[in-house]
Amino acid sequence: MIKKRVVLTFPSELSEKPLTYHLVKDFDLAINILKAKITPGEEGKMVLELSNGSAEMIQQGLDFLIRQGVKVEPLSKELVLADEECIHCGACTAVCRSEALQIDPESARLVFDREKCIVCELCVPSCPLGIIKVLF
Amino acid sequence: MANTKTFEEINEKIKKGKVTVVTAEEIIPMVKEEGTAAVLEKVDVVTTATFGAMCSSGAFLNFGHADPPIKMYKVWLNDVPAYTGLAAVDAYLGATEPAEGLNLSYGGAHVIEDLVAGKKVKLRAIAYGTDCYPRKNIETWVGLEDLNQAYLFNPRNAYQNYAVAVNSSDKPIYTYMGTLLPNLGNATYSTSGELSPLLNDPDFQTIGIGTRIFLAGGEGYIAWEGTQHNPGQKRNKHGTPENAAGTLAVIGDLRGMKRDYLRAAVFHQYGISLYVGIGIPIPLLNEEIVSRVAVSNHELTTTVFDYGVPSRNRPALGTVTYAELRSGKIKLNGKTIPTAPLSSLYKARQIAAELKEKILNGQFFLTAPVKQLPFRSGVKPLLEREEVGT
Repeated sequence: MIKKRVVLTFPSELSEKPLTYHLVKDFDLAINILKAKITPGEEGKMVLELSNGSAEMIQQGLDFLIRQGVKVEPLSKELVLADEECIHCGACTAVCRSEALQIDPESARLVFDREKCIVCELCVPSCPLGIIKVLF
Repeated sequence: MANTKTFEEINEKIKKGKVTVVTAEEIIPMVKEEGTAAVLEKVDVVTTATFGAMCSSGAFLNFGHADPPIKMYKVWLNDVPAYTGLAAVDAYLGATEPAEGLNLSYGGAHVIEDLVAGKKVKLRAIAYGTDCYPRKNIETWVGLEDLNQAYLFNPRNAYQNYAVAVNSSDKPIYTYMGTLLPNLGNATYSTSGELSPLLNDPDFQTIGIGTRIFLAGGEGYIAWEGTQHNPGQKRNKHGTPENAAGTLAVIGDLRGMKRDYLRAAVFHQYGISLYVGIGIPIPLLNEEIVSRVAVSNHELTTTVFDYGVPSRNRPALGTVTYAELRSGKIKLNGKTIPTAPLSSLYKARQIAAELKEKILNGQFFLTAPVKQLPFRSGVKPLLEREEVGT
């Protein structure tokens, strides 16, 4: 299944429009809101994962958002973990709700599943060794 | 068939290369399948280990005398203050001491890690000047090889069990047990469970004052009971404490230690700590000791405490096993809570394996305790008095 993760920036006047509703209804897309900060009257940000459609349908949905005045950017932030410095303590797994960071029950090593990461960045300060960084 | 062994007999086997050593994880299925008598016959030593954040750690350093000499009154290493209320050029550098002006991002633990990694650190000292020590300040760079003595002396390490931390409040809190999410959003714990030294010798039958240990990659010794040593905690039906109990004060030369087993840590909005790797061998002297080291995560229990209540007496919310904690989820009052470790089982396994190799290769001999660790129980609170009183 094709999945696409995008960062949406809403100008203040759009923050009250039900745009995600149209993505579901008009373009038959499955949407997963990974992160959202939308306050009426202010510029909003949302990180969406789009699936359930062809690449074409996803693009049509995104084109619709752009026509409405939403700024659409690919989710290009990425978590970088300095593996060779890791002590595999597991402190980062305590805050990782998406289960991207987990201690493997067999090897007891930290494993990072990039696919599951929503770049919420909670792990960055939680790492006692300070070896998790976010790259733009 | 011998039903007891002595330290001397085991050391003789080590010398002859005939010793059998397994880790505290490997012994569990052996005892289950073969029984204590057969395992006692076959195995001589079990290695235990832990690698966790141990705040009560630090190093004694002797810098040597400059010319003209100085009686150091205040001293800083990479801007981290060390305590020098000792002889002229002796100092104690505490792991949790923050560098001045660096906002808890660097501290004593980092200086210790840097020294062990072979780096030079900046030494700065001031003095009031005396007839025999006229100098009033000095600034230079020193490495481990420049110091006369540099030894770790940690007043409280290797806790025998520890709490599980949760947070019932509606805000995230930042603690030495990591970030605790609101509304019981997660639970953190910090022991190596069935591999943990004092959980494998709950009554201190072989681990005591004078015991030679693996300390951060080098050789160390148990110097004393640790601070807040409290072995009288309630025990479960398998005889292990249900909460933080015994502790160890340990000592060892920084030279010979490895950065792999000694790492500085910063707990977000809490402070600095030091991850210390400790391995302790347990000689299988009799069947009872075999039965104690056979303890598994299914039998080891600990208590869940609510760190959301900022009080000395945090409410206890329940008891869980290490098997449950390791499964990634615990159930508490009907709620499922994801769990996360803070001490590294991966590193603890490496230490147990490395200690095993050292013993097998005749590089590490066992020592009988000079004195048993005390069983005195209870930890006194700090009372706030209006006046001296009686």
